[in-house]
Amino acid sequence: MDMSSMPTIKSREIKIVQEIPISKTLKFWEGLKEGKVYATKCKKCGKVYFPPSADCPECLASEMDWIELSSEAEIETFTHVVVRPTTFQQYKPYTVAIGKLKEGVRVLAWLTGFKLSQISVGMKVKLVAKISPEGYATYEFVPL
Amino acid sequence: MFKHTKKGIEMRKVAVIGVGNSKFGNRSDVNVAELSFEAVKPSLDDAGITAKDVEFVALGSVGAGAWYEELLPAVVAAEYCGLTKAGLVRCEAACASSSAAFQAAYSTIASGQAEIAMALGVEKMREIDTPTAMEWIGRAGYYLWEFHNFGPTFPAYYALHATAHMAKFGTTEEDLALVAVKNHKYGSMNPLAHLQNRITVDDVLSSMVIASPLKLFDCCPMTDGSAAVILASEEKVKELGIDTPVWVAGIGYSSGTANLSKRLDYVGLEASVQAAKMAYKMAGITPEQVDFAEVHDCFTIAEIMAYEDLGFCSKGEGAKLIREGQTEIGGKIPVNMDGGLKAKGHPIGTTGCSMIYEVTKQLRGEAVEKGRQVPLKNYIGLAHNVGGTGHYCYVTILRR
Repeated sequence: MDMSSMPTIKSREIKIVQEIPISKTLKFWEGLKEGKVYATKCKKCGKVYFPPSADCPECLASEMDWIELSSEAEIETFTHVVVRPTTFQQYKPYTVAIGKLKEGVRVLAWLTGFKLSQISVGMKVKLVAKISPEGYATYEFVPL
Repeated sequence: MFKHTKKGIEMRKVAVIGVGNSKFGNRSDVNVAELSFEAVKPSLDDAGITAKDVEFVALGSVGAGAWYEELLPAVVAAEYCGLTKAGLVRCEAACASSSAAFQAAYSTIASGQAEIAMALGVEKMREIDTPTAMEWIGRAGYYLWEFHNFGPTFPAYYALHATAHMAKFGTTEEDLALVAVKNHKYGSMNPLAHLQNRITVDDVLSSMVIASPLKLFDCCPMTDGSAAVILASEEKVKELGIDTPVWVAGIGYSSGTANLSKRLDYVGLEASVQAAKMAYKMAGITPEQVDFAEVHDCFTIAEIMAYEDLGFCSKGEGAKLIREGQTEIGGKIPVNMDGGLKAKGHPIGTTGCSMIYEVTKQLRGEAVEKGRQVPLKNYIGLAHNVGGTGHYCYVTILRR
């Protein structure tokens, strides 16, 4: 049976864009614009959170300090994403990596400025804040 | 009705008494309700009951309103299959949704609330274009913190694990390819399977890169399909005169963080380890007693990690197991004799029930096509179903 020739009707079209609240992590988003990557630290139990969290899953306290993360990271793993989702079609294939910082937190972000063959697990890189060409506040790993 | 033990009240025994599984593949000939019917009807016939006998239905399905048009697939499927008026719920545990549905149906009977319940899985993944399907599934982690800026796809999440496993244990791309070769081999013998072509290691290695080091043939296809499982109490099994009930011996579950960056390592899935421990404990068995397993091989690396996380070998030895052919028929523990997610296909909300379908058929010794029936020693089979990338995990142990 040739499934590509089966009769179908089209559903009605909708466009979905959600407005995501960031009031509790605003310092993080503002920080990116100033070139800083912030994490939160629980005032009660001392646990550090990245991504920043306004509430502490460890002790359930809601009093947090904002701390600026150090920039040096060690790459724990990575992948070069060739087949991209709809909203990332406009980009060239990109490398997604997870790096560990000296504060003990891990960060998932793009790794740029390297050829794929130059990247290895265990290599040291730098975490930097940036504003993307489309205006998204973001952060990425780059060469030291 | 309930056994009182030192620990309290023991749950009632529950058996699988009927199973059904639709043809997997590109099913643009049917909508979500019609596809459900293709699993529900044979499961009722298999159990020798009617739709009116089913008191509770739990449906596993993920793409409601996203990759297919119905927002409430449970009510749509129930109406179409004559199950309206039964207790009804949709369970979401990503790719483990219908294992979660199975657990819900099991609990309804074990607790004494119902005598007959159904777990159903249905997914229609091919009504939208592929990049948009990749988008939806890529969002199945933590949209805000990991997808929004970095666009990881589902293959990418597992590729992160493949890179780490290769760096730590010396697992190679050839080892990953061997998983695909094995699963295509058994898939080719399974008329329900989506992909029925035999492939070679070279075919895998030369296929296009999706998310390095994973290539096209390291990945499961986008598949439509449904599967249904009917469960009943011990009393009902006797009353109906079911001749080969397959008993639920153990169920274990656990979960992992939404953010991949919150995991402690990328060489295994902690949720699998914990779910397996819980299931083995409830069944009172060790991994060595399992005759065969269905494991969650959405990507080749996932099957190698599953060998290790389920205790079929020690950590880091997964590649050795596939290299030695220990997970083929005749090996230490046959794995994915239906072709697995890799070749049978992975309609994500359906996979859990489809695994139970295969384990039940194998345990009854009625499976199955020549060359796919596993040798049975202890009459124990295991189904390992992961949701997302270790975001959820369910391990179900069945015993004849």
